[in-house]
Parts: sequence; structure tokens; C-alpha cells
Amino acid sequence: MKTLLILGAGTAGTMIAKKMSQKLDSQQWRIIVVDRNEQHYYQPGFLFLPFGSYKPQDVVQPKRRYIPNRVEFILSDIERIEPEANRVLLTENKRAISYDYLVIATGCDIRPEETEGLLDGGGWRNNIFDFYTYEGAVALSHFLEKWPGGRLVLNVAEMPIKCPVAPLEFLFLADEFFTRRGIRNKVELIYATPLSGAFTKPKSAALLGGLLEKKHIHLEPDFAISDVDSSANAIHSYDGRELPFDLLITIPVNGGAKVIGQSGMGNDLDFVPTDKFTLQSKKWPNIWVMGDAADIPASKAGAVVHFQLEVVVENILAHMAGRELHAKFDGHASCYIETGFNKALLIDFNYDTEPLPGHYPIPGIGPFSLLSESVINHWGKLGFRFMYWNLMMRGLPMPVPDKFSMAGKQA
Amino acid sequence: MSEDILANIAFDADGFMTDANAWTPEIAHALAAREGIELTERHWVVLNYARAEFKAKGEAPTLRNITKNTDVSTKELYALFPGGPGKLAAKIAGLKKPTGCI
Ligand SMILES: Cc1cc2nc3c(=O)[nH]c(=O)nc-3n(C[C@H](O)[C@H](O)[C@H](O)COP(=O)(O)OP(=O)(O)OC[C@H]3O[C@@H](n4cnc5c(N)ncnc54)[C@H](O)[C@@H]3O)c2cc1C
Repeated sequence: MKTLLILGAGTAGTMIAKKMSQKLDSQQWRIIVVDRNEQHYYQPGFLFLPFGSYKPQDVVQPKRRYIPNRVEFILSDIERIEPEANRVLLTENKRAISYDYLVIATGCDIRPEETEGLLDGGGWRNNIFDFYTYEGAVALSHFLEKWPGGRLVLNVAEMPIKCPVAPLEFLFLADEFFTRRGIRNKVELIYATPLSGAFTKPKSAALLGGLLEKKHIHLEPDFAISDVDSSANAIHSYDGRELPFDLLITIPVNGGAKVIGQSGMGNDLDFVPTDKFTLQSKKWPNIWVMGDAADIPASKAGAVVHFQLEVVVENILAHMAGRELHAKFDGHASCYIETGFNKALLIDFNYDTEPLPGHYPIPGIGPFSLLSESVINHWGKLGFRFMYWNLMMRGLPMPVPDKFSMAGKQA
Repeated sequence: MSEDILANIAFDADGFMTDANAWTPEIAHALAAREGIELTERHWVVLNYARAEFKAKGEAPTLRNITKNTDVSTKELYALFPGGPGKLAAKIAGLKKPTGCI
């Protein structure tokens, strides 16, 4: 019996477990998935929790519900990966699992401890919140229910972060939330980002920058945070700027799973060096890396994981059969951006092409419009939750093409 | 005089050298002067490290990578290369423009 071991049962781990269980002969292969958490969180829903438009029960499901029967699910922390010995050590019963093939899908997480005064300065979850964790998003929803208004500063500590559009969406939704509560005139919204503009890609940065202005959200670009001073309720940048706040929403430093670093397999932020086309580890040919855990220059998003799936499946099967790795991931990302008041934008891009205006997925028709606000895009975003639980996690096809296409885009 | 030495160097639209091999320490001084920076021993710790990393990996190092592998802190980096230390250090070290993150 040979073993395919999958680390992490989030978006990527769950999907690859399902797909490989359909491909590998159960007489010859056992498939094991390890995760420390019994709950599967729909992370895109964390954006809506603070404003009460999603409730906690909307974003949580038991992980086991989506793991096929023939796959062994082990609830445990991963203690160490030993790629030279083809073995993984778990904390649970100190179990050691030897593998023939390994898929790393341990995602990425926030590291508030990396910024001075953020976690330990006295403000954490008093007037400083994150919304990248379930706990943070829920705590923030309770805070916002009673907040009378003031200066809200949203700070991105460092790039890369997962779902790089989420901070902007938060601000757009906050603008709507405070408007509907009748206190928008009592709230200042400030976006302090280490980027030189609203976003990483030039065309969308210009468009999103315009939206910020229209919604009276102040952009503080090139802001590299050095520390949080909770005695004065202010954040400082390395170049000496000070931004006072009443409420600080932080996207802390994002890093890969700590176990990656502890196993000596990661870069400076514990992301795994990965071939950006084949998604194979750069160092170990029997290791594949999916989703947020990889160091590739693609967006860290669930939709991206979806586009990677076929590539990983094909390449693992090819490698098992001693064939060449033909399948290539093109960096395809497709993100809805909530812009408030029941509208959303859609951006679609890959390694080589930045987001362009047009229609998606059917050229000239849509129904989704690229790079322009529409109500239908907003439905698309809300529909993503249904597709996530009922199509993606169940291994059913999604109604969009995997490969990036220029059709319908205006270059 | 320091500008003369740059006369025959190829730059991209943002002022980054297109050929890292054409770089010399004298060019670094001239590029720094353009940015209003006078290079000290501490600048050279960063520049030498950035060039070594580029040679090994084909990419200019991130700030996090520099501070992790040299004795220069982030605060000092901002003092040495005011504004954008990552981009400025790469520029003066004659490296191509760092690809931003996504
Ligand atoms: C606020 C927010 C909004 C977002 N919005 C969108 C959106 O609109 N659209 C979109 O496409 N994407 C969005 N995303 C991103 C998306 O959720 C992630 O990119 C996606 O979930 C990544 O999947 P993954 O499998 O790589 O990681 P995850 O789904 O995070 O799974 C990683 C798993 O590994 C486990 N694990 C890690 N370390 C260990 C260990 N040592 N031992 C045991 N288990 C471990 C974790 O418990 C977890 O279950 C958003 C994310 C956030 C935070």
C-alpha cells in the first residue's frame, strides 16, 4: 500500500483529497488528510461578519462533511515535516506517517506578534481588531454594533497578504454600514497601506483609487508600520509618520504555517518555494504545494486554488506514471470586489496580464462585468458562498473556465 | 562628473538599470547622488547583500529578507534609504526593479 498524505484540510486540502480519491485505486493507495481544526471556515465570509450581514453559522461547517469516506482524516497538529525521510510527525499520539507523495496545503495565517505593540500593547480586541480570523471578525461585529463613530484606520502591515482586495472591500462596506446607521458624518475612514496606491496592479489601482476618493476614504500610501502605541492610540511608520485612531483595523503580517519554517522548508515568511507552473516543490519531487502555502507570485485566494486543482491532479498522476509534467498553472485569479450598496467589481488576471475591463465569462455578454461596478457582480460574490460549499468542496465543476482567457477583455 | 559615468548605461522607465552586470561601485555612487544619498559603510552592507542575493536568486531581496540576514534593522533601512528602501537599494545596487507582490 502506498500513501498520499495531504497536510491541511482547508480549501485546497479538501478539494485535492476529493479529486485524488476519485483518481487513485483504493487497493493500491491510501489517502490521509491531517488538520488541527475540526471546523472548516468559509474565510471569504469573514468580510461580512463584522457588519452583521453574515452570521457566524453562515461561515462554519464540520470539515469531515467534505472529506470522502475512503480518506482517513486525522485531527492533529503537524509537528514536523521530514522531507528527506518522506515522513511527517504529528503531535497526536506522537504518530509518524511515512508518505510516497505529499501535498502541502497548510495555508497562511496572521502574525500580529510581528508588529511592535499590536498584540501586546493593550489595545488588541479593545479598539484594535483583525477580520482575517473567525474570532477577530466576530469580536469586531460586537464592537461595531455599539461604536458611536470616530477615526477608523485600516492598516495593512506588509505584503503579501491573502485576498489582497479584502482590505478595500472592508472599507467600502464600512462606508455603507455607517451610512445606513446614519453616522457616516461622524466616521473618518483612513486606508494606510505599504503599497504606493490602492492596489498592486496599475489599471485596477487607478480605478479603486477613484472609488476611495468618491467614498471619501483617505488613502495613506507607502505606509510601512513600525509600531502601535496604544497609550496614545496611534500607529507610526518607519519614515516618521503618525496616524492617530479611535478604531484600528489591522491586517497583520501574513505568514505560512509555522511548521513549514520549523521543518526548514520555507522562505522568510514560511511560504514553500514552489514551481509557479507545475506547483511542484522546487526541492523535493514528490511534494506538491497548493493554495496560500506556496511562494508563487499569484493571488492567495480560494478561486486561485480552484484554478490550480486540475494542474496538481494531472501532474501528480503524471509523476506517478513516470511521465513529464505537462500541466501548467497560468496564475489565473478571479476576484469579486464588494464596493458597497449592493454592487461589486470583478477582476480577472493571471501571471502575465493585469485586470482589464470587459465581460466574463462569456465575451461581450457576461453576465459579469470586469473592472466596473454592477449589481450582478454583487450577486456573484454572494453566490460564491453557495458555490464554495456545494460545488468546490464537493468536487463538482464550477460554471467558469479554469484557464485564463483574453476573450471578452479590452486590452 | 558623477552623471557622466551614467551616460552609457541603459535604464528602464523607472530608472532601474537593465543590466546588473554593467554595474560598478562608482556607478552606485552616481546613482545614489541622483537620489540625494551619500553612501556610507552601512549602505554598503545592504548593497553588497542585495547584489549577492540577486546573483543567487535573480530577484532583489525583500526588506524582511535583508533585515533577517544582515545586522541592519528596518528602522535603519528607512534612515539609510529614505522613502522606499527596497526599491532604492535595488536601484542603487544596479538591480532590476523588484516585482511587487500581488
Ligand atoms: C477575510 C478574507 C476574505 C477572503 N475573501 C476571499 C474571496 O472573496 N474570494 C476568494 O477566492 N478567496 C478569499 N479569501 C482567501 C481564501 O479564503 C484562501 O485563499 C483559501 O482559503 C486558501 O486555501 P488553503 O487551503 O490554501 O488554506 P486554508 O483554507 O486556510 O487551509 C489551511 C488549513 O491548514 C491547517 N493547518 C495549518 N497549519 C497546521 C498545522 N501545523 N497542523 C495541522 N493543521 C494545520 C489549518 O487548520 C487549515 O484548515 C479570503 C480570505 C480572508 C481571510
